[in-house]
Amino acid sequence: MMYHQAPAKQRWTARVPPCLVHAIPLAIALAALFLATGLFEPYRTFQLATACALYCAVAGLSVLTGLTGQVSLGHGALMAVGGYAAALMMQELVGKGTLPALVAGLLAATMTATVAGWALGLGAARLEGPYLAGVTLALVVAVPAVVTIFGETFHGENGLALPALPVPDPVAGSVALERWQTMVALACAFLVTLLLVNLSRSHVGRAWRAGRDNAVATSLAGVDVGRMRVVAFTVSAGCAGLGGGVLAFLNGQVSPGAFGLALSIQLLTAMVLGGLGSLTGAAMGSVLIVWLPDYLSTTIAGWSLEPATAQRVEGNLPLALYGAVLILVMLLAPHGLTGMLARAGRWLVGSVTTARRGTAG
Amino acid sequence: MAVGDLVFLTANGVAHGAIYASVALALVMIWRSTRILNFAQGAMALTSVYVGFETFEATGSVWLAMAAALFAGAMLGLLADRAIMRFVDPSEPLTAVIVTLGLLTFLQGVLGIAFGSQFRAFPTAFSTGAISVGSATIISPQDLFTVGSVAVVMAALLVLFTKTDLGLRLRASAFAPGTARLLGVDVSRMLTVGWVLASVVAALGGLLAVPSGIGLSPTALDGALILGFTAAVIGGLDSAVGALVGGVGLGVLLSLSSHWWGSTPAPIVSLAVLVAVLLLRPGGLFTFAGARKV
Repeated sequence: MMYHQAPAKQRWTARVPPCLVHAIPLAIALAALFLATGLFEPYRTFQLATACALYCAVAGLSVLTGLTGQVSLGHGALMAVGGYAAALMMQELVGKGTLPALVAGLLAATMTATVAGWALGLGAARLEGPYLAGVTLALVVAVPAVVTIFGETFHGENGLALPALPVPDPVAGSVALERWQTMVALACAFLVTLLLVNLSRSHVGRAWRAGRDNAVATSLAGVDVGRMRVVAFTVSAGCAGLGGGVLAFLNGQVSPGAFGLALSIQLLTAMVLGGLGSLTGAAMGSVLIVWLPDYLSTTIAGWSLEPATAQRVEGNLPLALYGAVLILVMLLAPHGLTGMLARAGRWLVGSVTTARRGTAG
Repeated sequence: MAVGDLVFLTANGVAHGAIYASVALALVMIWRSTRILNFAQGAMALTSVYVGFETFEATGSVWLAMAAALFAGAMLGLLADRAIMRFVDPSEPLTAVIVTLGLLTFLQGVLGIAFGSQFRAFPTAFSTGAISVGSATIISPQDLFTVGSVAVVMAALLVLFTKTDLGLRLRASAFAPGTARLLGVDVSRMLTVGWVLASVVAALGGLLAVPSGIGLSPTALDGALILGFTAAVIGGLDSAVGALVGGVGLGVLLSLSSHWWGSTPAPIVSLAVLVAVLLLRPGGLFTFAGARKV
């Protein structure tokens, strides 16, 4: 009997290299987002840029936690590493023009944090259970001590100022400073997403997931689980470093106070809120943690409290909410917003198909 | 370094180490029975200390303040277990880590809203001026009280765990919950008792740590939590004796390091100790090598 095989319908994804499959739609989406910033107020544009900087770190953390099952509290510290590296490099290269200084600064941020993450990962990422969280907690608390001891380089509590880099030539006339910053931040978020999407869909990502689900079986299959965890931590640290570099570039300065435990907890909240291991979730979470404190402070301003009380509430209410979110989301909806949206989507599709069947039969 | 200095630094280190040991002991007690590392331990202890502080403001009595703080610690342990940790799926270690971190953040936020971020002075029960014997300064009465009260609590726990019926049930629930349940032990209640005991021990650690110079603020015990964790890891997380020895050893080491380099590098020293122990003896100094899994 002849077997006729219908010629497989060629999807466009079959004709481009696999690593570009996500690049093209993502690039179009981000370009559209950038064009949309033309309609935003400058402050909202700046918030979007900040969310992109945090997204770099949150995405790295989310892949680390979601795919290898390791929690790091040190991503705030790794962002500090990136921020300081970017600041020092940009101060060095400010005379060479905006683009060389910026690119070298962000590269330095990524590289330094990658090396720091690798060293830290060698020590801690192989460990089971809550050890990595504990070690990275100790790390993040040690940051102020490091910048104080090397005070000559890092200027202690005051931190470093980044040189003012003017908007470079091709776009200088047409784009305001905060839109140019947003362009840089979106580009970095794009690179991070591309790296993480492709890694997590490759054999590396499979090894991470396998090691998370059953370390013993994965080792028996010939994967060095410990080494894969170190790789995951290193990649994740590089992303955090880039995020720190972008954040420093946006704020024009780095100081130890900005990179404390509170920042690490913010990143953790963004990750948990969006859904562990999901990059879409990381993006949603990053936007929410940038928007929430701002929204709260406007709301609190409307409560007409005494100034001292208002300051206390404004400074600490986000923290209390982050804590509550961490507890409630982990206990009630461990897949975060993306999980809830997926469930809502399935429920909608389900009810539509049931309704159709109902009318047909 | 003169011998007198060495004696003073060691005594001071032992006193601080006793504080780390009590935090470490609290972590170990909960880890042993639930396999949860309670990152919120420091914040829970700090909440108890704030209750003590308010009591002191109202009554002026340090002793009443301490009693109130320990009682608050017990209630917090009860609440943390019954309202939150009971709903954590024990098969997902990640969930427990994130939930306890959430509790830490939540408590710090609430304390910040209620009391603000400024430092407050918490009174000591005894003088902090060192006693001199001949020309050598040895130890302050407050440090002596610190070491003494931790020693008394440790001894009481030792008696509780080894000599009493409740202690036997607690140990049985921690080591073989299934068997213990079959033999009629109310394992669920024993877990709660464990949380309450651990929180009281941690509250004591907080009460002794806060007057020792760090002041009362919503992040005051972050450092003590990390040092307690380090001490517990030195002891292997599973060993109460290990936590005690680890805490005291760490205290002495930090006391010496701050004599040589000042107090700034203390967090770096504790991080270095933690990483060194995890690299060289991941199971801690008080456990035997674990069985190979592959």
